[in-house]
Amino acid sequence: MNDATMHAIGVEAIGIGKRFGAFNALSDVSMKVHPATVHGLLGENGAGKSTLVKCLLGYYRADEGSLLVDDKEVTIERPADADALGLGMVYQHFTLVPSMTVAENLVMARRNVPGVIDWRSELAQLEDFMRGMPFKVPLTVEAGSLAAGERQKTEIVKQLYLQRRFLVLDEPTSVLTPQEADEMLGLVRDLAHSGQLTIVIITHKLKEVAKFVDEVTVLRRGKFAGAGLVRSLGPTDLTAMMIGEPHAPADPERLGAPVNEVRLEVRDLRTANDGGRAGLSVDHLTVNAHEIVGIAGVSGNGQKDLLEVLGGQQPMQSGTIAVDGTPYGATRAESQALHVRVLPEEPLRNGCVPGMSVVDNLALRSFDRGETKTPRRWLDRAGMAARARSMIQAYGIRAPSAEVPIGVLSGGNVQRCVLARELDGVVRLLIVANPCFGLDVKAVAETRARIMAARNAGTAVLLISEDLDEIMELSDRIVVMHGGKVVHEMPAAGADPQEIGKHMLGHG
Amino acid sequence: MDSLATVIVAMLAGSLRVSTPFLFVSLGECLTEKSGRINLGNEGALVLGAMVAYATSYETGSPWCGVLAAAFAGLLLGGLHGAICSMTRINDVAMGIAFMLAGTGIAFFFGKPYVQPSAPLLPGIPFGFWLESPRFANALMVSPLFILGVAAAFALHWFFRTTRMGLRIRIVGDSQDAALALGLPINRTRLLATGCGSALAGIGGAFLSLCYPGSWNEGLSSGQGLMAVALVVFARWNPINCVYASLLFGAAGALGPSLQTVGFTWGYYLFYAAPYVVTLVVLIITAKGGQSLRGMPGQLSIGR
Ligand SMILES: Nc1ncnc2c1ncn2[C@@H]1O[C@H](COP(=O)(O)OP(=O)(O)OP(=O)(O)O)[C@@H](O)[C@H]1O
Ligand SMILES: [Mg+2]
Repeated sequence: MNDATMHAIGVEAIGIGKRFGAFNALSDVSMKVHPATVHGLLGENGAGKSTLVKCLLGYYRADEGSLLVDDKEVTIERPADADALGLGMVYQHFTLVPSMTVAENLVMARRNVPGVIDWRSELAQLEDFMRGMPFKVPLTVEAGSLAAGERQKTEIVKQLYLQRRFLVLDEPTSVLTPQEADEMLGLVRDLAHSGQLTIVIITHKLKEVAKFVDEVTVLRRGKFAGAGLVRSLGPTDLTAMMIGEPHAPADPERLGAPVNEVRLEVRDLRTANDGGRAGLSVDHLTVNAHEIVGIAGVSGNGQKDLLEVLGGQQPMQSGTIAVDGTPYGATRAESQALHVRVLPEEPLRNGCVPGMSVVDNLALRSFDRGETKTPRRWLDRAGMAARARSMIQAYGIRAPSAEVPIGVLSGGNVQRCVLARELDGVVRLLIVANPCFGLDVKAVAETRARIMAARNAGTAVLLISEDLDEIMELSDRIVVMHGGKVVHEMPAAGADPQEIGKHMLGHG
Repeated sequence: MDSLATVIVAMLAGSLRVSTPFLFVSLGECLTEKSGRINLGNEGALVLGAMVAYATSYETGSPWCGVLAAAFAGLLLGGLHGAICSMTRINDVAMGIAFMLAGTGIAFFFGKPYVQPSAPLLPGIPFGFWLESPRFANALMVSPLFILGVAAAFALHWFFRTTRMGLRIRIVGDSQDAALALGLPINRTRLLATGCGSALAGIGGAFLSLCYPGSWNEGLSSGQGLMAVALVVFARWNPINCVYASLLFGAAGALGPSLQTVGFTWGYYLFYAAPYVVTLVVLIITAKGGQSLRGMPGQLSIGR
């Protein structure tokens, strides 16, 4: 590509409508994105943001409406059509090929790959290109062995490598640390303002909107809810447009102090190394009743393994886990007897059966037990549906119907479903991982309030999160993990984020 | 002492011989699995290839024509598997079993007239010409197909790493999402990989009937086509490793006959079972708990 073609392009969507069956995901939505700007696309979970951009990118076909690219009407039926126009997207789920190296992924994404690839010259060119990037990704490492944050960076680098002139980022910063996010957004904004690229960014973080976005379009429940320059809109205006009420709910209230009664005790826990990554080596970790213990750490330092061991997804090599003094092996019988519940990260993958209905998924914890905890042999479908209805009500889950497969729900609604299921009934120990990942402002407040309410009612909560603000806000006690080990522990009251950050990086 | 040397030489010669069909079928299976499908029908392609090769060699008088015809028969059988599996809701494993039975059935049906006549065979390459003892020299007669197979393994390795087509096959096999996002033709790529994979299996069959001792009969294959699936797991989906794995399986297969050459007949059938035992052991070792199978293409139906 020569420089003459390298200019940002403007895109306008007019009157887009999209139905999934009888459900109207989008109706008469318009969005005008000016060239060389950063455009924010905001809205609650399930508002239709991802659906709208997927229509732009040819991933879905809109039922109604038209698209203009640089003021000319175009039809985009396939991703390849969008590609040819210079439109690209970083999807909410990743599209790197795990078994291929970063370099292979980058080169193969290009349109004009030669029949036989000269790796020596390609690698030299890639290294050249990488020098101009604000963050480095290792070129010869397999994409599958990268941590989530690194994978996200690679996705963005890939789009820049493909010289996109219009780029959609769907919640790009949810897996990045605050510094990484600032750096990345600063880079793309500068690219946009220099006239090379137009950016549409989908995000729930109003701070990022204020800092990096020029204009916004807001959706609410599949309809256009407003648009404007960020300069002239404050956070209250944005919140009001998004949720229809002017104020986000207040911070949850912490009631009472932790009780000196150990609910979860982990001793000398070890797990195997997998593919060169060090396993867990946790000597001692406790969670008391009426207490939230927050585990802070940079993504990929063993938090995921800890969660998997506690959730029964990974075996341990040695060590003991006890809940209420009883040895705990995370079997279904044990978790039912001891009332242990888990809200895993990526709940659609780790806590749901995507092809089963919302009703079935909401009943996964209880379908085989009667009211009196007796084993149940015949499913009580009417009862399951009734309980699902009340959970959908109580948690404000937005779904086309309770009978659709849970996999078609928007990310935030899947999260609500799993939260509803895990907090149902008696809960003595709750293990949560990144509970607010991808949730909108209102849902974040709601979820945190529910976790706090569980704690206030006496539940012991182990909170694993990559969001340090969240840990600071919710925890009674903070534990820092680095390299699979617990490296620091402190009470949350008066904790200094700078100091925690140092421990997270392994200098303590 | 002399008898030990005999056993070792016989083992060496035997393992080169026994490993060749393993090598071709496993390379074919590796190619297919890299694209995200399993083709158990390669057993059928192997047997059909053996029959077609023998018949063609007999009719035309040229064993190399036989090899080509075998590859072509495999290509057709694999292509049909690939085409049928392109339809939605068709399971590649179940379809593979159907093709295994179909391939052997067709081969037995059309192969009846070729059990008796003797066709021209592929000559071996006498690497042992400088040896005085005819026994040792004989052991070093290497089939040209073995050399072709090793070359194919290196070519395939290069293909997966440096060609556009090879990388596309890997993308399709590893991440459907990525393939869709890149707009790659998933079904067409898999069709191609399955067809070419079965063509390699067909060449493996040609070895069975056209290399020493060389004949066509219904008991020619002893499940090499199926064991290749285990072999590919053991080789971690790496073509070069397929060579080593085939040699190991070949050595196991040559154990019984070599012991027999020195008159050691105890546990005759037991030693014949060695390759199957090796298959079992290999699968158990590679499936060692808790750790992910490195190298496995993400879209394989057994792994999803
Ligand atoms: N393939 C599908 N089939 C049926 N319904 C769908 C499908 N994809 C999306 N939906 C529905 O359309 C609505 C909009 O979904 P979308 O993913 O666009 O929301 P979103 O604004 O991106 O939300 P989030 O912030 O949670 O990512 C949701 O209610 C969702 O359940
Ligand atoms: Mg979305």
